[in-house]
Amino acid sequence: MSDQVLEIRGLCVDYGIGADAVRAVRDVDLTLHRGEVLGLAGESGSGKSTLAYGLTRLLPPPGVVSGGQVIYHPADGPPVDVLTLSPAKLREFRWAETSIVFQGAMNSLNPVHKVSTQLLDVIRAHEPKSTAAGRLARAKDLLRLVGISADRLDSYPHQLSGGMRQRVMIAMALALEPQVVIMDEPTTALDVVMQRQILGQLAELRERLGFAVLFITHDLSLLVEFSDRIAIMYGGRIVEEAPAARLYREPLHPYTEGLLHSFPALHGPRRELTGIPGSPPDLRAMPSGCAFHPRCPKAFDGCDEQVPVLGAPRVDDPARAVACRLHPAVAPPSR
Amino acid sequence: MRFLLQRVAFYLFTAWAAITLNFFIPRMVPGDPVQSLISRNQGRISADAVASLRVLFGLDSDRSLWEQYVAYWGQLLRGDLGLSFTFFPAPVSEVIGSSLPWTVGLVGVTTIVSFLLGTALGVGAGWRRGSWIDGLLPATTFLSSIPYFWLGLVAIALFAGPGSFFPSSGGYEPGLVPAFDAYFIPSALQHSILPAATILVSSMSGWILSMRNMMVTVASEDYITVAHAKGLSERRVALSYAARNALLPNVSGFALSLGFIVGGTLLVEIVFSYPGLGFQLFQAVGAKDYPLMQGIFLIITISVLVANLLADVAYLLLDPRTRKS
Repeated sequence: MSDQVLEIRGLCVDYGIGADAVRAVRDVDLTLHRGEVLGLAGESGSGKSTLAYGLTRLLPPPGVVSGGQVIYHPADGPPVDVLTLSPAKLREFRWAETSIVFQGAMNSLNPVHKVSTQLLDVIRAHEPKSTAAGRLARAKDLLRLVGISADRLDSYPHQLSGGMRQRVMIAMALALEPQVVIMDEPTTALDVVMQRQILGQLAELRERLGFAVLFITHDLSLLVEFSDRIAIMYGGRIVEEAPAARLYREPLHPYTEGLLHSFPALHGPRRELTGIPGSPPDLRAMPSGCAFHPRCPKAFDGCDEQVPVLGAPRVDDPARAVACRLHPAVAPPSR
Repeated sequence: MRFLLQRVAFYLFTAWAAITLNFFIPRMVPGDPVQSLISRNQGRISADAVASLRVLFGLDSDRSLWEQYVAYWGQLLRGDLGLSFTFFPAPVSEVIGSSLPWTVGLVGVTTIVSFLLGTALGVGAGWRRGSWIDGLLPATTFLSSIPYFWLGLVAIALFAGPGSFFPSSGGYEPGLVPAFDAYFIPSALQHSILPAATILVSSMSGWILSMRNMMVTVASEDYITVAHAKGLSERRVALSYAARNALLPNVSGFALSLGFIVGGTLLVEIVFSYPGLGFQLFQAVGAKDYPLMQGIFLIITISVLVANLLADVAYLLLDPRTRKS
């Protein structure tokens, strides 16, 4: 059993085909290890959600995965490339191995079916041999797991609050005990108190069940607290990857630094909130060289020509990787 | 449940208002039915007969409007709709009773079939959006914008005529006696093919179009993506998640179209001289047969109201959000 559970290799995602295609995700390498929480942060339009949809093959048209591999290592058995699975195999893979909690807590549940129907149908689809009583018992356990009383099974989605709906979605995501749970801004639509409760619960569940989480958000402060490692995306590329605490204390990429300065710290001296000047790049007309250079306070000669390579800035520190000419790569990023 | 009772109360009130209007309107129309009956018989009616006809039609002048109104309600509740002029002395209820099965049989069956077929095709077209099926959509738009009766005229011109299999008018072979036997049923079916096809072609297109568009709208909802991500079978996602939600607006449309079965296809029945309620109404208008018109209007009103109630119940059953907990 290898340490990695999901390896993304050179993934490219385009919107459209041919000359008009817009590349939203460029050549992304990312590795998710067993049981870890990997945070993926970036501004709106940086390609983080597209990456999540691309690797699960849920991209709505005109999105197309135009290159790369997504290798999944099951707990038992040989690794598989998710992107080349047949439709039937893909259906088997989905939810059983990788489940997703989506952004829209309000609209993720089918409004005309009871919570029980929606929890039970996924179990039945993947475990056709299970008995009805067994499935029902499992559904009750799942709701209890996320702190909702079992009699809520008979509720319709509109009878639940936003927080409860998102917890039902989390329960559903855990229904088949997947190895990987992808969370695409799961708490964005909720108030801060509910956000905290749900994240606390998630952390606890992960301790207990040991699944790995790919946590996508634009809220870097949330990730610093909640994740083990953080990857920062900009203009469709990963620009920095590091353990959470170190990224927070010592950001290398000027963009990461900018993101970190966009929210206030609770401790330490007061500092000016600077944010990042300018706006995210237009995917149809990406700047030459480093995509960030037009907004970068530290840009220097050549930043507009050379595309920086993601790699470890120091040989003795393979856990970090950055794509910036201020910290040229001396070693390929660790796998 | 309370919601339903409220609706029922509302429809009862509407029915009362409609029936009351049905009582007053003919009394505000100039001329009177006895006069027109006299002229139908070219004056060859004795004075005694005229006087008794006046009593029969409730036109004896010594009764106040209120008394007439109360008597009208009494008759209605006994199912007595008065006597028809055209089919004198047959009671209106008998005339309606003999033509209602034709309309319900032809238009009712085609309405239901066109809804079921159109919805099923719309689900398919919406789910496989972008495939060759979309190429057929302009044709359905075209067909749904053609009035029934014009399509009926075209159908008669093209398919009916001397020696053709399709009869151009009537509900059955003249000379046959309506009965459930081996002579009458095939003849009735043969006569219903053209009008049924006419209604089917032009009304089905509307269902296809609206269902297809709702499917496309629903397909971009988050819960559809979730259903795909859950690894459910394509069939289950398409039917239980997408179509189940896309169906809601169509169901209320369907219930309303049930209400128009009785009155809505008058023109088709006229074009095909089909012995249904619409054709009867047409004849009643031509003959100034007020009691028959009144009776038919009453049936139309009640069927629209019942259809509305059905729509409410159907929505209540299909969309849990409309149920008050």
